[in-house]
Amino acid sequence: MSDQQAQSVAFVRDTMLPQEAPPASQTGPVKWVRDNLFPDVFNAVLTLIALFFIYKILAGFLPWLMGGLWTTASLAECREILDGATGGCFSVLTERWNQLLFGFKYPPDQYWRPTLAFVMLFVAAAPLLFAMYVPSKVLYFTALYPFIAFWLIWGGTIVVPLVALLGFIVGYMAFKKVEAASFAGALGAAIVSAAVVWFVGGFLSDAMSGVLALPEVPSRDMGGFMLNFILGVVCVSLSLPIGILLALGRQSDMPIIKWICVVFIEFIRGVPLITLLFVANVVLAYFLPPGTTFDLILRVIIMITMFSSAYIAEVIRGGLAALPKGQYEAADSLGLDYAQSMRLIIMPQALKISIPGIVNVAVGLFKDTTLVSVISMFDLVGMIRGPILASTEWNGVYWELWGFAILMFFPVCYGISQYSQWLERKLATDHR
Amino acid sequence: MSDVLPETHNVEMTVSDEIAITIENMNKWYGTFHVLRDINLTVNRGERIVIAGPSGSGKSTLIRCINALEEHQKGAITVDGTLLSSDIKNIDKIRSEVGMCFQHFNLFPHLTILENCTLAPIWVRKIPKKEAEATAMHFLEKVKIPDQALKYPGQLSGGQQQRVAIARSLCMKPRIMLFDEPTSALDPEMIKEVLDTMVELAEEGMTMLCVTHEMGFARQVANRVIFMDQGQIVEQNEPEEFFNNPQNERTKLFLSQILGH
Repeated sequence: MSDQQAQSVAFVRDTMLPQEAPPASQTGPVKWVRDNLFPDVFNAVLTLIALFFIYKILAGFLPWLMGGLWTTASLAECREILDGATGGCFSVLTERWNQLLFGFKYPPDQYWRPTLAFVMLFVAAAPLLFAMYVPSKVLYFTALYPFIAFWLIWGGTIVVPLVALLGFIVGYMAFKKVEAASFAGALGAAIVSAAVVWFVGGFLSDAMSGVLALPEVPSRDMGGFMLNFILGVVCVSLSLPIGILLALGRQSDMPIIKWICVVFIEFIRGVPLITLLFVANVVLAYFLPPGTTFDLILRVIIMITMFSSAYIAEVIRGGLAALPKGQYEAADSLGLDYAQSMRLIIMPQALKISIPGIVNVAVGLFKDTTLVSVISMFDLVGMIRGPILASTEWNGVYWELWGFAILMFFPVCYGISQYSQWLERKLATDHR
Repeated sequence: MSDVLPETHNVEMTVSDEIAITIENMNKWYGTFHVLRDINLTVNRGERIVIAGPSGSGKSTLIRCINALEEHQKGAITVDGTLLSSDIKNIDKIRSEVGMCFQHFNLFPHLTILENCTLAPIWVRKIPKKEAEATAMHFLEKVKIPDQALKYPGQLSGGQQQRVAIARSLCMKPRIMLFDEPTSALDPEMIKEVLDTMVELAEEGMTMLCVTHEMGFARQVANRVIFMDQGQIVEQNEPEEFFNNPQNERTKLFLSQILGH
């Protein structure tokens, strides 16, 4: 352009211009800084203020972190050594890590059991979370995992989880046998036959209590982050299928089923979780026949699951409502029955729409497991507030302990959120 | 619209005496609104019927009653010798014999084209996956889009999607096909490719009921045109007679409006 003569219209280029780098002021970090940090006076001031705050936070945090002590035996000793200098007393973590993670009564020589169960969880969850990359054979392990994990964490004879598993298998086989004749009949047959197996198996496991037995750890000895993690994983994985059933039930044409679901969802959503936990802890005992012991963790799991499944049901109902009616009609017109069209056509699409909402509930639920500390269970928060802060050695340590709690919860919740965003991208097939 | 298809090439009629569908004194209400009134219709195997009429005349509702997407309150519908009742098993059986194409295609957006076509054969007909895929590819070739088999519906044009929808229905090897305004949601240049597919289907002797405004298609393919108004069958005749010599005033008005431009 530069060597074109303005006064002459005709123009022929005889030498081609070589490629040149753009001016330094228009590329690279200089331009980026100018465009993004100091485009004008107002934004430059904002940038400086923000930088100042970041500096202040780091200036306070880093010396505290770096100057921290990791080996003292008590807070008093720690303060004495620090002698007014900045530094955290992280020795509470090195000294009490086992209580923070497993609770204060879980036998230390058995820590390998919940740890192993934790590691195996990743294998078991892989085919569910990353179905496209993991061979589907791993699903057999996923099916066995709840029973293995129960045996590892609670201990006792392996006959108990085996009988439980056997009950499910027998129930499933009974269901398959009768399914062709009638769905409801098959469901009844499955429940009855599974109950029979469990009933007979109950005597069997009493008689064989020594077979392949790990030292038994009762539920009241569970605690620390392990308890939060057990509650979170179990309740999320139970409340998703229950939530799906509730959402479908709420859409049902059958009035009784519909109203049971509506009343359940509306009632549970209208009650604070903490109330339900108190019910689980205290009130439920009045409704049970005297003398029955009903495991506290099991009661809490039931309550949290009911609570979150009501929320998930509403999220999924939103997903169902977003599907065009044509999808139902197309599935119907091809001769798919109700179960098939729900499983193959409606649910995959409704769940995809519901992913952000479901993740929201799941993350909230995982954090809400700390509420069990209010009914005197020693989860991570209960552990910190109770035994550790009440002890003479560590009374007065706050930042280090709560920082540790954040460090435990944040990666899990952030991981769930990142996974869900990845999943949404993966499932985006409509190319709008 | 009538110039979409050449009228010189008329489809040969091979209608058997066997009866495919009978509808007797069928009535339907939406609440208190009487949508369909005393419908009587017998369709022979191999017959190709075009149902026309102004919007709201109940023509879509009529064919949607045949595969029980809509319930009727009075009268009887017999499809392929099976009396349509409210029993789910009975309805599913009829639906698996009757294919249907919708105005908005209603493909399953989360499945590939091939999966759309193999889903019902695999789950309803219990056909092995390999065999179902072979059948699906056969019909996708027939509608001339085998190369799109692994794409998702959202990546295809409207005309292509509707042809996939036809192929999806054909994979169930239906004996009767219902078309509910299959070209109404398409851009003009895509209408022809869908109609061509339907003509080809007609030539193979498929029993077809089409709700459509494509009068060229009706002339070329139909052996009976039914005109509906206010939930009733007002006139039915062979296409030549129907278009050249309509009897009812309502039909005359409708034809003058639809063919007048």
